[in-house]
Amino acid sequence: MAEAEAGAAASLGGVVVRYPGRAPLGPIDLTIAPGEIVAVVGASGAGKSTVLRLMAGLESPSEGAVVTASGRIGFVFQSATLMPWADALANVALPLELAGMARSEARVRAAEALTAVGLGDRLEARPRQLSGGMAMRVALARALATEPDLLLLDEPFAALDSVTRRRLIEDLHRLWAARAPRPAIVFVTHDVEEAVYLADRALVFDATTGRVAAGLRSPGALPRPAGWRVDAGYRAAVETLAAALAKAMPPLLTEAGA
Amino acid sequence: MTRLLPPLLLSAVLLIGWEFACRLLHVPPWFLPPPSAVATALIERAPLLAASAGATFWMALQALALATLLGGGLALAVSLSRPAEQAVRPLAVALQVTPVVAIAPLVMIWAGLDHADRAVVALAATVAFFPLFSGVLTGLKSADPDLERLFDLYSASPVQRLVRLRLPAALPFVLEGLRVAAGLAVIGAVVAEFVSGSGSTQGLAWRLLEAGNRLRTADMLAALACLMVMGLLLNAVVGLLERAARRRLS
Repeated sequence: MAEAEAGAAASLGGVVVRYPGRAPLGPIDLTIAPGEIVAVVGASGAGKSTVLRLMAGLESPSEGAVVTASGRIGFVFQSATLMPWADALANVALPLELAGMARSEARVRAAEALTAVGLGDRLEARPRQLSGGMAMRVALARALATEPDLLLLDEPFAALDSVTRRRLIEDLHRLWAARAPRPAIVFVTHDVEEAVYLADRALVFDATTGRVAAGLRSPGALPRPAGWRVDAGYRAAVETLAAALAKAMPPLLTEAGA
Repeated sequence: MTRLLPPLLLSAVLLIGWEFACRLLHVPPWFLPPPSAVATALIERAPLLAASAGATFWMALQALALATLLGGGLALAVSLSRPAEQAVRPLAVALQVTPVVAIAPLVMIWAGLDHADRAVVALAATVAFFPLFSGVLTGLKSADPDLERLFDLYSASPVQRLVRLRLPAALPFVLEGLRVAAGLAVIGAVVAEFVSGSGSTQGLAWRLLEAGNRLRTADMLAALACLMVMGLLLNAVVGLLERAARRRLS
């Protein structure tokens, strides 16, 4: 059995998760290097979100070890998950205040984080006054406000239109590149193009075995140059990843999709 | 204002119809007095009715406060532990489904036969208890599960979680419970007064009984009108609170 690796931003060693009445997940071995961006793709129920929750400590493995470099973890859920009764500023200040930071200082830091995601003029907006994309930016600002070493994103842009989604991916790259040291990002997605564009490498989870079936490295460096979406290397990587994902789908799904 | 017009118009039409029907059909006033006779009774007996309405209102209000304290407090305590909730909920439901009329004689004995007002408050509080208990408990557990996970992630203390997440999430449910409970508290107070059957409470129910025994139907209807207005007012006040809270919270 592999050991969880020290010095990594996050590491899973021989992790197995058992649920009553379902096939177990794993064993999973994977290591996320500091500052690395990793996309996790796979069919629904393949355990992608579980891996994020394991890294965040929101779930415990039945077997094996989960190690993260520090306690500073940011998490963005599928929906923005904002407190509807609080304005953007209070939402972003929340994790800082929960950690015991003085209210005034937390508000200053939260305002900076919101400005960084382009919402410096919407500090007092309530979630219902924000569009889906803006709400997701607030969630991103909240996750980044604590200056995490590890940022976990669970299909955060799935519900957004493609223009907003692309813009947010560019913003995520920009925010990631601006920080020193850069945080490691683990990003769960259904979308192979998003995975190749966003990440240094993509991990494919197999729905049947509950294990990592393949790992593919994206070509080129991050952040992406303008026009990279028409680059032949990018297109080829998308096709390779799509083929790997198709192989990792449950048999019935593949037949239906073919 | 335009929202108030249709119900006012309908009420006016019904009252005019009632008045004419009584006069044209020569209905005996002990059976059904016309609205004009009820209005006269209302004006003539205004001081007595106001005092009685005050007494009933005060008892209902005390009952509501008591139910809020007990129902809300118990829900808060129980929300912290699943076994506690599983233990308490069936008892609370049992209390809810027991007719208040049936337990009234018992409560009369416990409260002391010469303290009918206490028994009335206790009974009204019993009726108002469940919607508050249920509202607070449901509300405390209504927070977005992902927000709960976020509080886990940032290692929030139980107090932080309660104050920053669960109480704000619960507020609309609490106010909805309060609105239902307010109506029930008035009903409970009147029923309890009826059952106590003693004049020591001097509430609107007593005015109803008294007038009924003397076949003074107009006086009965006047007392009934007072009860109706009281219920509507209470409902409107809690409704305003609810809307204000919703505006603040969402």
